[in-house]
Amino acid sequence: MSVAFSDTARAEFERLLTRYPDREAVILPVLHLAQREFGFVSDEAIVYVAGLLGVSPAKINGVATFYTMYNRKPVGKYHVQICRNISCSLLGAEHLIGHVAGKLGVKPGGTTPDGKFTLSQVECLGSCGTAPVMQVNDDYYENLTEASIDAILDKLA
Amino acid sequence: METVLTTHFADDGYRRIDAYRGFGGYDALRKALSMTPEGIIDEVKKANLRGRGGAGFPAGVKWGFLPKDLSRPRVLVVNADEGEPGTFKDRVIMARGPHLLIEGIAIAAFALRVHLSYIYIRGEFVREARILAEAVAEAYEAGFLGKNILGSGFDLDLTVHRGAGAYICGEETSLINSLEGKRGWPRLKPPFPAAVGAFGLPTIVNNVETLADVPWIITHGGEKFASLGVEKNGGTRLIGVSGAVNRPGVYELPAGTNLKEIIYTHAGGVKDGKALKAVIPGGSSTPVLRPDEIDVAYDIESMAKIGTMAGSGGVIVIPEGTCMVRALSVLMNFYAHESCGQCTPCREGTGWLKMIVGRIEAGKGRAGDVELILDVCDNMMGRTICPLADAAAMPAQSFIWKFREEFDRHIGEQKCPYGNRF
Ligand SMILES: Cc1cc2nc3c(=O)[nH]c(=O)nc-3n(C[C@H](O)[C@H](O)[C@H](O)COP(=O)(O)O)c2cc1C
Ligand code: SF4
Ligand code: FES
Repeated sequence: MSVAFSDTARAEFERLLTRYPDREAVILPVLHLAQREFGFVSDEAIVYVAGLLGVSPAKINGVATFYTMYNRKPVGKYHVQICRNISCSLLGAEHLIGHVAGKLGVKPGGTTPDGKFTLSQVECLGSCGTAPVMQVNDDYYENLTEASIDAILDKLA
Repeated sequence: METVLTTHFADDGYRRIDAYRGFGGYDALRKALSMTPEGIIDEVKKANLRGRGGAGFPAGVKWGFLPKDLSRPRVLVVNADEGEPGTFKDRVIMARGPHLLIEGIAIAAFALRVHLSYIYIRGEFVREARILAEAVAEAYEAGFLGKNILGSGFDLDLTVHRGAGAYICGEETSLINSLEGKRGWPRLKPPFPAAVGAFGLPTIVNNVETLADVPWIITHGGEKFASLGVEKNGGTRLIGVSGAVNRPGVYELPAGTNLKEIIYTHAGGVKDGKALKAVIPGGSSTPVLRPDEIDVAYDIESMAKIGTMAGSGGVIVIPEGTCMVRALSVLMNFYAHESCGQCTPCREGTGWLKMIVGRIEAGKGRAGDVELILDVCDNMMGRTICPLADAAAMPAQSFIWKFREEFDRHIGEQKCPYGNRF
């Protein structure tokens, strides 16, 4: 099944092209756009982006797979990404990851059967002063406790 | 106490251009445009402005590395990747004072005769990227970016470019590859970016905080800035204190402030009334300190003298009762995950460190494992394309040098004395 950008994404793509001296520099921003448009960076999305830029799908795939934020597989509606690095760990991140895994009934990397939540452990989110921290889709949630995570996830559920 | 950056950060409106201008914002750019490029670089040299991204290279000196020949366009790339664990200061600048950064970029660009600039911001900072993009749009609108800035004839285009999740992209040549739409593989140097950088053009890469300091330097003069800090490290620093402290956060303090005072006076001391066990002073890559070593001035030279680094200004406070093997294991997992894999000593070495430290923590350490770790570190350091291998080896070595008994005990007892948890 082939995919295509909406008119707004198409316009954004055209605008991006004007910002760089080299066409290929838009690969990262366009992959972000593709992920927003299609939910994840599917094989079809790779082929589509390659077509837009006139480069090989292998090249786009090579870039996409280098970066952790591009999901080459579908993720849940809410991607719950809990920081496991040092400052968060010192303030109980491991425990929180266990708590969320138990609550959602999935292991890190897993998605709930209803497709609502994917749980991931991630590296430092650059918000160590308000540890423990998680990112759900675009948003940061800071100074987490078991109770505050429960409230956040219950609201999204 | 004099502050350079955070003076108005408590004011939520400060991120908008009107409020920023109300406090004299963009007056420094106006002043700079009446100076010569060389005059601006001289002020920055006088300021003893050292790069705030980690390595502490003098900004004015770096700026002097661009080729004199102006026939090829040059590029200024702002490093807003903020990926070093324990570092969370640039985010505050971008969220609270984006125009400080934009004004700093415009001044630096004028001094460097640059007409093309990018802010490379880590992909996770979606909110900060949006705030920056809005601020950039405001600055274009007001004539501080774009064509013929303030009627000076100087043009500058600035674009916010989002990364996509890769610590290595904070390394400047990896960042350049990533900006070009490639995998974030560091490049072999030379050529240095000042000769061949982004899009094959001469390029300067500077950290967010480094550039955000520039407007103040132009307004108040390089000497005044230098006098805020210590001899070779001028100005203030944004110091992020995290981990087990009562008041974690970003503190703007003069370079050379005592580290103990940073932790106990500013950050309120160790959480829950605990004793201090260790401090990682400048981001996760910097060698760890014992409590008896923290009565030291927090500036580049003083920290180097005691065998560590002020790095990216991220002070990580580790309380008594923490398993140092487990703490190191978290870091080793990180570096193994983030090695780009180009160099054998780094790819293999980070994998080995992760495995050996992991097995010691799991109670399966073998006699000789501690020596093996040190050996692996020796084989990693100074032998790779970029400093990530050293960044992984330095914590491993220093944790062993300073907390050796914990490693030995794990191996001797064949279990984690702390019950495998933090
Ligand atoms: C593995 C690695 C990661 C780095 N990450 C960052 C970063 O996130 N932000 C940053 O400003 N510099 C980072 N640096 C340092 C940059 O390579 C470069 O020295 C810096 O951006 C130069 O700016 P400055 O001179 O203003 O500090 C990193 C270096 C290495 C080796
Ligand atoms: S040292 Fe490591 S991260 Fe740096 S280029 Fe080599 S393999 Fe990649
Ligand atoms: S260690 Fe978790 S945000 Fe930095």
